[in-house]
Amino acid sequence: MNNRINQKLAEDSKVLSIYFTAGFPTLEDTRKVMLTLQNAGVDMLEIGLPFSDPLADGPTIQESSTAALKNGMSSQKLFEQLEGVRDEIHIPLIVMGYFNAMLQYGVEAFCKKCNELGIDGIIMPDLPLEIYQKEYQEIFEKYNLHNIFLITPQTSDERIRLMDEVSNSFIYMVSTASTTGSNAGFGDEQMQYFKRISKMKLKNKLVVGFGIKDQETFQQATQFTKGSIIGSAFIKHLTENGVDSIPDFVKTIR
Amino acid sequence: MKARNPYLADEAGFYGKFGGAFIPEMLYPNIENLKQQYLSIIEEESFQNKLNDLLKDYVGRPTPLYFAKRMSEKYGAKIYLKREDLCHTGAHKVNNTIGQILLAKRLGKKRIIAETGAGQHGVATATACALMGIECIIYMGAVDIKRQAPNVSRMKMLGAKVVPANSGSKTLKDATNEAIRDWISNPENTHYIIGSVVGPHPYPDLVARFQAIISKETKAQLLEKEGRENPDYVIACVGGGSNAAGLYYHYLDQEEVQIIAVEAAGKGILTTESAATTALGKEGIIHGSKTLLMQNPDGQITEPYSISAGLDYPGIGPMHAHLFESGRAKFVSITDEDAMQAGLELSKTEGIIPAIETAHAFAIFKEMKFKKDDVLVFNLSGRGDKDLQTYIDYFGF
Ligand SMILES: Cc1ncc(COP(=O)(O)O)c(C=O)c1O
Repeated sequence: MNNRINQKLAEDSKVLSIYFTAGFPTLEDTRKVMLTLQNAGVDMLEIGLPFSDPLADGPTIQESSTAALKNGMSSQKLFEQLEGVRDEIHIPLIVMGYFNAMLQYGVEAFCKKCNELGIDGIIMPDLPLEIYQKEYQEIFEKYNLHNIFLITPQTSDERIRLMDEVSNSFIYMVSTASTTGSNAGFGDEQMQYFKRISKMKLKNKLVVGFGIKDQETFQQATQFTKGSIIGSAFIKHLTENGVDSIPDFVKTIR
Repeated sequence: MKARNPYLADEAGFYGKFGGAFIPEMLYPNIENLKQQYLSIIEEESFQNKLNDLLKDYVGRPTPLYFAKRMSEKYGAKIYLKREDLCHTGAHKVNNTIGQILLAKRLGKKRIIAETGAGQHGVATATACALMGIECIIYMGAVDIKRQAPNVSRMKMLGAKVVPANSGSKTLKDATNEAIRDWISNPENTHYIIGSVVGPHPYPDLVARFQAIISKETKAQLLEKEGRENPDYVIACVGGGSNAAGLYYHYLDQEEVQIIAVEAAGKGILTTESAATTALGKEGIIHGSKTLLMQNPDGQITEPYSISAGLDYPGIGPMHAHLFESGRAKFVSITDEDAMQAGLELSKTEGIIPAIETAHAFAIFKEMKFKKDDVLVFNLSGRGDKDLQTYIDYFGF
């Protein structure tokens, strides 16, 4: 499998990826947010499909999800909004959500739709490796979709190697044991962890997420890795300053 | 080798197509560790001895199997009540928390978290933590904190910290989300004591094993009273399904015993205010388990409603989803109104004020007729002290 994600990862520079919640701040902002982020120089986008019970998310993403659902966002709606997205967006696109949404839409129908729209990857934190391998890997691959796995500081080397086998783009390194939006910054412990995993010489690239909020944390996170993903800090900025100020946020990162 | 009981969890934690562990990677090390160790630990003789001593001298087991004479006369069947309301702390929940606290200690955990709806599981967890001198944090929906105030005070008196869950419907589902998020953020020193047969494998199996004492005792007690181990019916209310799992456990493979599960219909299954999962739900994933749950076509989980905080949950444990789909159990849903009347009736007929959760089971007589010689065992899962204010407001005492 080879798509826009692989091409982006093959470039020399570090990758800045932004997570945003679809249908937020208003229902029809999805495309505008995407275009503005691309034009501001962001390398990759994670389109957050909001879920009523986002177990891995902290308050910021929970609140944006609740607001987006109230606005009327759904899988169906998102797919409608993404019609023709490849006419204007050229950077890699990843859909991130919770597995129940896929299950209700139909896993194959969901993947097929993603493929038709030009989506490159999927992140479902609550779809575990074993079940993915057993039941869904074939479907994802049939539609040229990378499934991105998460690892944490507690994940064993053995398990990381397994994920490295099964994937062929990047591994999503969760920076600290926490839900999204932790604000603590990175200390020695995180730096050691980033370094430790980078020394494993995996075939997949490493991209760090959770807790990246500014230039300093972005640089720390990418010192030993290929890139990093910003979610809560971006949503906070968007909530406070609106869509038009997105370029200001991106400038503060690099 | 004995044939596998088709109603219990397989190796991967599936009951038919339901169950499993659909968890974010952050929870994997904890869940995996638990999965690897729980069976061997709880089967150790020293573990069993400690557990049985505490169940006997601290919890007050065995709980009586009481023949309810006046109810029996009224409804023309032999009605027995398994008196879990007489357990220390007033409900069956303590059977599980005592077991899990011993397990947590064996796993070397120093901090306990739990969710609670009615507050019974919160109180039972706080009690077990006080007993062992372990730090205890309870997540409880803000709505439930209001409607189960006496239990909030009890938890605090027992030394637990009660943290309100303010997301979603501010009830049991949301408290469970918060507890899981806490576990994600505290992956090393913390054990999560789930209060029902829900959540990722191995929890449904673990909790069912600790509650199975209910049917183990029932069998022996019924043999003494009726000359037979098996009743014609076992009847229990289902929130997540732990008291029901306990009463059903040793009867699951006894096909002549009919299993009745009572869900909360809230204001009725045709309204938007209900918690009747099998009537209104569809297969999906909630709290790490594939089961039946109330959700919209997009897969967003519905905010449930029931007058009883302990049944106000949009899912049921995977064991129960399988019992429903396989037809092994019959599911009935009971409205707030019928449950409240049944609670009043049991109070006046037998002198026992039940928890509102439990009262749902006793409304079964509105829905089903029994024969004169039928032997019925109800799980009297908890007492109604915590619900007094709700009863007072409802009936205007
Ligand atoms: C007395 C009592 N019965 C029943 C329940 C419902 O839980 P479960 O279905 O797990 O037994 C509760 C939950 O709080 C309870 O307090």
